[in-house]
Amino acid sequence: MTAPAAAAEHYLAAHRAFLGNGAGAAPAWLAALRARGIARFGELGFPTTHLEEWRFTSVAPIVATPFALPHGGGTSPAERDLEAFLLPGAGRHRLVFVNGRFAPRLSATAGLPAGVTAMSLAEALVRDPEGVRAHLGTSGADAASAFAALNTAFLADGAYVHVAAGTVVPEPLQILFVATAEPEPVVAHARTLIVAERLAQVAVVESYAGAEGARYLTNAVTEVVAGEGARAEVYRIQRESLGAFHVATTHSRQGRDSVVHVHPVAFGAALARHDLTAVLDGAGSSCLLNGLYLGDGAQHFDHHTVIDHAQPHAESHEYFNGVLDGRSRGVFNGRIIVRPGAQRTDSKQTNNNLLLSEEARADSQPQLEIYADDVKCTHGATLGPIDEKALFYLKSRGLGAAEARALVTYGFGAEILGRMAIPELRAQLDGLVRARLLGGGGSAG
Amino acid sequence: MTSIESQVLQPYKYGFVTDIDSDTVPAGLNEDVIRLISAKKGEPAFLLEWRLKAYRHWLTMKEPRWANVTYADIDYQAIRYYSSPKQQKKWDSLDQVDPKLLETFEKLGIPLGEQKRLTGVAVDAVFDSVSVGTTFKETLAKEGIIFCSFSDAVREHPDLIEKYLGTVVPSSDNFFAALNAAVFSDGSFAYIPKGVRCPMELSTYFRINASSTGQFERTLIVAEEGSYVSYLEGCSAPMRDENQLHAAVVELVALDHAEIKYSTVQNWYPGDAEGKGGIYNFVTKRGICAGRASKISWTQVETGSAITWKYPGCILQGDDSIGEFYSVAVTAGRQQADTGTKMIHIGKNTKSTIVSKGISAGRGQNTYRGQVKILKGATGARNYSQCDSMLIGDQCGAHTFPYIDVRNSTATMEHEASTSKIGEDQIFYCKQRGLSAEDAVSMIVNGFCKEVFRELPMEFAVEAQNLLGISLEGSVG
Repeated sequence: MTAPAAAAEHYLAAHRAFLGNGAGAAPAWLAALRARGIARFGELGFPTTHLEEWRFTSVAPIVATPFALPHGGGTSPAERDLEAFLLPGAGRHRLVFVNGRFAPRLSATAGLPAGVTAMSLAEALVRDPEGVRAHLGTSGADAASAFAALNTAFLADGAYVHVAAGTVVPEPLQILFVATAEPEPVVAHARTLIVAERLAQVAVVESYAGAEGARYLTNAVTEVVAGEGARAEVYRIQRESLGAFHVATTHSRQGRDSVVHVHPVAFGAALARHDLTAVLDGAGSSCLLNGLYLGDGAQHFDHHTVIDHAQPHAESHEYFNGVLDGRSRGVFNGRIIVRPGAQRTDSKQTNNNLLLSEEARADSQPQLEIYADDVKCTHGATLGPIDEKALFYLKSRGLGAAEARALVTYGFGAEILGRMAIPELRAQLDGLVRARLLGGGGSAG
Repeated sequence: MTSIESQVLQPYKYGFVTDIDSDTVPAGLNEDVIRLISAKKGEPAFLLEWRLKAYRHWLTMKEPRWANVTYADIDYQAIRYYSSPKQQKKWDSLDQVDPKLLETFEKLGIPLGEQKRLTGVAVDAVFDSVSVGTTFKETLAKEGIIFCSFSDAVREHPDLIEKYLGTVVPSSDNFFAALNAAVFSDGSFAYIPKGVRCPMELSTYFRINASSTGQFERTLIVAEEGSYVSYLEGCSAPMRDENQLHAAVVELVALDHAEIKYSTVQNWYPGDAEGKGGIYNFVTKRGICAGRASKISWTQVETGSAITWKYPGCILQGDDSIGEFYSVAVTAGRQQADTGTKMIHIGKNTKSTIVSKGISAGRGQNTYRGQVKILKGATGARNYSQCDSMLIGDQCGAHTFPYIDVRNSTATMEHEASTSKIGEDQIFYCKQRGLSAEDAVSMIVNGFCKEVFRELPMEFAVEAQNLLGISLEGSVG
């Protein structure tokens, strides 16, 4: 048996054990969803670099490690350990998950405004099964990705946010997935479902973190559904351990005149792959993808984004900046699809990469697929070292060479942070970016 | 139907079949056919060996299907791999040439016969698979330039062929290149000696005749140290109802400080309004800037063919070498084009420029697919890419798939792409100034392509503008 096939068999066996382990008590539709997931995973198997979508990212290290589902009573982090990953002063409400399992002791959901539901998926399956059923797994993300299919196969817990029609959530909701250092490498199939009904407004800060140096796999799927005129902002802060692997799928679907903002920021993990799909399925909808990745050491970041303009009069803006140092590597693949009839689409995409060292490497693949004629679509990509002209300008203003370099580099990150609407989060990320880019090194945490 | 659509759908203006006896090999492909082709052409042993090796490798390969084009499966055993006009003797003057043949060239506007001195273009006309006339050979010979058909080059300069054949596009490079290597019938060969600036534009006019004969020509151009050559390739094919496969290979070699400029105007039969017939143009074109500060420039205007699939590329091996790619691709009717370039930066301070303009009309599908690869040693490499698409009509498509791979942090690479339609305000402005909608479109499209057209040699620039006009007539209403 080949290594990927053997690894796939490991997860198929784990799934059989999972079903026999009490998970079988799920409602029939959830069992069917899981069955679909594991069947799809069986069909796809782990991706290899022979696949166009995975050309630049080898998952061999993930395949080589037999990640196990965590047992119940593992170590639990202390509340003060989490502080660094939570927002100070904003967002009293939070859901915390340890190795993929809801940790009520660390979470705070009391006093949520009327019309706002924020709870674990496991609880939601009991209290609002129809609400969950209407949206969970409907994105179709698991059909295309073996990892998303695997997540669906092991679907048991996760975060559920539901905002009723016309409700505006005043404060950002925080969702934190933490991984602890376990004797055996574990996998957490983190799952998040965010539903903003008609004219609802919500901001969610979804963070991923882990014990320093721990080796584990986070396999996350986030589904966002924005109803007519709704507004959903998702800040996705990835600060995994530098020994960890992070594979994620984010899928959003938008109704008429809705707004979705996704801000993926990647600091951590040895290998991080993030597939983002935004479907603009309503006329007049608007979407922003605003991403930043900071690589150092031997880190590998891969972002694959698809913006699918299915309806007319919609607009999308996509900005991804990467700063790569050490031997790190950044991969960006951005596809914009304009479906037949999606007239008056306005779509803009940019991917800028700054290479700080000789060994750093970047690959960029912006793609346009356009089947309508009355559209305005542009994309741009740049790769290169720091602009000598910018350095010269700053030096002519009296800055030292090192300061000038630091300032230009910082500006690369600051541009992305400037589009974020939560001041506390912006300040926190700004501190992290400064530590990383101005302080010279520092850990990913 | 809008006036622009009606013009897009106008019949192909260059469709005709010259009826002369062809000496053809039966359909099908096996080692015997290859031996027969090689024997008919009186080739040396090394070339036959090379063909057979390519054929054996081809048998192990799968036809690639990753391109963004759709077509029915090709039956490689139904193709006749060799066809040449019956007369095999050499002529002393053009008077002895079959008048029907001359008539064909006349219709194509090839400057043979009297025209040759007036136009000052040396022409190596490939009629199906064998060269029938070569002009200006003496003028070129004076400079030491070799410009002849590939078969002549094999006979007269086997050492050069053996040295350079397959060095840029190896016979195992891809499915169609391997097929070409196995069965190629003829093509052009040009050799520019050290320090010589070729005094005229070299030109060849390929033409496909004889039903079911895929044309597999091979072009090899070698520019020695400090030399310069500009090469023109123009195409037209008669109207056919069955698809004809065309899998050519072009190899360019530029040594120290040499410059090769390769221009193509491709106007093969695109098929009828339903997309029936038309040429499959699956071409491998690649140049290597082997020497220091050498330069290779590709300019192409693609208006014909049912399916175009080609990526003229440059391997920038020598330090300070330069690669350029300028392209206009037009797809109307049901044409499909998947075209672009490959720039592989190996040497230090290598530079490449890519300007691609895609125009889609009717139900045309136009894809830009390009790769820019900057390898580890390419310190100070620079690339600029610009891919613009224009959409005319709501049933066409324009796609952009650039691949950017940078492995040296001192390299700078910029890519820009845009897609748009002709603005109603632009047309309104032109009409207000007294131009018809048709002229306005023509003017806007020509402006859109200006950066590419200005790279073309004079004669081609005019032809290209005319072709564009014909291809898009009636596309906007």
